[in-house]
Amino acid sequence: MKKINIETGVGIFLIAGLLCLGYLSVKLGDVNLFGSDRYLVSARFANVSGLKEGASVEVAGVSVGKVSKINLDDYEALVELEIDPDIKLQEDAIASIRTQGIIGDKYVKIKVGGSEEYIDEGGELLETESAIELEELVSKYIFEKE
Amino acid sequence: MNDNAIVELIDIKKSFGSQQVLRGVNLRIMEGKTTVIVGGSGQGKSLIIKHILGLVTPDSGRALVYGKELNKISKKELKDIRTNFGVLFQNSALFDSMTVYDNVALPLRERTRITEEETERIVNEKLKMMDVEGTNKKYPAQLSGGMKKRVGLARALVLDPKIVFFDEPTTGLDAAKSNEIYRVFSRTQKKLGYTSVIVSHDVPKIFKLADYVALLHNGIVRDCLTPDEFQLSDDPVIKDYVETTMGPVYSSEMEV
Amino acid sequence: MLNYFEKLGADTLYHLNQTGRMGIFLFYSLLSIIRPPYKIFPIIKQTYVIGALSIFVIIFTGAFSGMVLGLQGYHTLSKFGAEGLLGSAVALSLIRELGPVLAALMVTGRAGSAICAEIGIMRISEQVDALECMAIDPHKYIIAPKFIAGIISLPLLTAIFDVTGIMGGYLVGVGMLGGNAGTYFSSMYKDVEFSDIYMGLVKSLCFGVLIIWICASKGYYVHLNRGGGFGAEGVSSATTNAVVLSSVSILLFDYFLTSVLL
Repeated sequence: MKKINIETGVGIFLIAGLLCLGYLSVKLGDVNLFGSDRYLVSARFANVSGLKEGASVEVAGVSVGKVSKINLDDYEALVELEIDPDIKLQEDAIASIRTQGIIGDKYVKIKVGGSEEYIDEGGELLETESAIELEELVSKYIFEKE
Repeated sequence: MNDNAIVELIDIKKSFGSQQVLRGVNLRIMEGKTTVIVGGSGQGKSLIIKHILGLVTPDSGRALVYGKELNKISKKELKDIRTNFGVLFQNSALFDSMTVYDNVALPLRERTRITEEETERIVNEKLKMMDVEGTNKKYPAQLSGGMKKRVGLARALVLDPKIVFFDEPTTGLDAAKSNEIYRVFSRTQKKLGYTSVIVSHDVPKIFKLADYVALLHNGIVRDCLTPDEFQLSDDPVIKDYVETTMGPVYSSEMEV
Repeated sequence: MLNYFEKLGADTLYHLNQTGRMGIFLFYSLLSIIRPPYKIFPIIKQTYVIGALSIFVIIFTGAFSGMVLGLQGYHTLSKFGAEGLLGSAVALSLIRELGPVLAALMVTGRAGSAICAEIGIMRISEQVDALECMAIDPHKYIIAPKFIAGIISLPLLTAIFDVTGIMGGYLVGVGMLGGNAGTYFSSMYKDVEFSDIYMGLVKSLCFGVLIIWICASKGYYVHLNRGGGFGAEGVSSATTNAVVLSSVSILLFDYFLTSVLL
């Protein structure tokens, strides 16, 4: 009887612990146990200042993926986006880098295009808008006045 | 060979802090015989046993068991030597979180590969030999001192050891109980034929069991003699010991 | 004057010896873990003692730590109008820092002291000697199952602590103070990365080894302590020592681990 009690106790403990660990790593840590079924799309920006890997990608304000990699390529920022498989992006869709609120995080916003052609796995979003830097805007405004 | 020493202590010295307890102990323990170590309290009798068991490293001197020097051999070899040992500690040293049965079964479970039924048979047989059958499910704390000693003895003998050490097997027991322990003891020795080393205060009763008696006094072994020789020895220290422990109880008798 | 230096030297030697002993203890214990035979039941039993019996303490302390984080965090963040970040603030501080450390401290208090006292009593009542004389390695028999159980239990207890803490923070921040339930979780999901959870896991693993190491070795060497190691008093002072030393080293190691892992 005593043996059974100990084993039950340990069993409960192990399952509770593993469940919590699982919740933490899968839900919070974004661990993909089954491999990602998202597809990759790349985009070039002149400036991605403030954008981080893992930032969200939104269409019409709905999160459809995340930024998986940011590299410098030919003095331009080459950003790889992971997009949910059921979301199709038109060839002329426009990717732009925006800020949530005034001091919030940077994210990639995709404006839907009108083309009939869709971008395949590994394709590239050709039309992009760079990050808007507040300081640049302010200085531009001041110096143009003079 | 009868005069074959399986344990040999050569000039063992050991001190704790500034207090030197053993000042050069020499002792030979013969195979198949019972050697009793006697001496006053606090003289380090248990310490001698701990040296033979390899639990304590001497400051200087050598402790040889089966001709191997204990503090010079590897852990593995020490372990192999210890498989020949059975030890009854002063306070029995039973595992107090385990039942009597589990205590006695432990060496079998950890050291052999026999089945649980076989283990049960051996354990029950040993417990019966010690007259403590029926205590299987009890915990050591629920046993009396004498029963603990006997369970300890059962555990020491469960693997049929070649050398058995008894650290004060009868201390704290009344005369009837200690006689019982002695009876159990001589019975099992006859049956199993082990070499034994006994540390005891129980003079003169213990002389009946002993083949050899060694007196530890002031950190050295005065002599190791047969009980008869011991009682008739000319050595002043041994004479003094024999007189104080076995002599007349009342000083008036001495005058007579 | 000479006496003073003599004492200083003796003290230094004593502590050096003790440290060395503990190092050797760790070496033999870890060695005995990988050495056969492997027995499952002692590990289950120790996992029960160290892990399963600690669940309630962990849930309780976890919930209250999360609740106080929710309370403090909400008031501080609302000064900047950033209540939306409450979820990630609570989750990050729990996962990276408070979960591993507090869970380890609770386990030290609950199980570490018990381990030290148990082994200490086995030592002074010659049970450890008895094991050695039976040619049973005490490291293998007593210590190794505790190490394995500690290594299994601590990360799991930490995970339970984190999750109950997050729920506690939700209870206060959203349930009582009226924050937004959706933003609490979405900010959390967005800001917590796997590297944060990895950091918490590594920390809790290290703390598990640390607790068992310090508490077990303090008990194992109780007879070598200065000033009357034997007897109940020796065990009690060794236990106090073990709990204090492991608590201090948990906080110390926490700093080192954080600086290495960041």
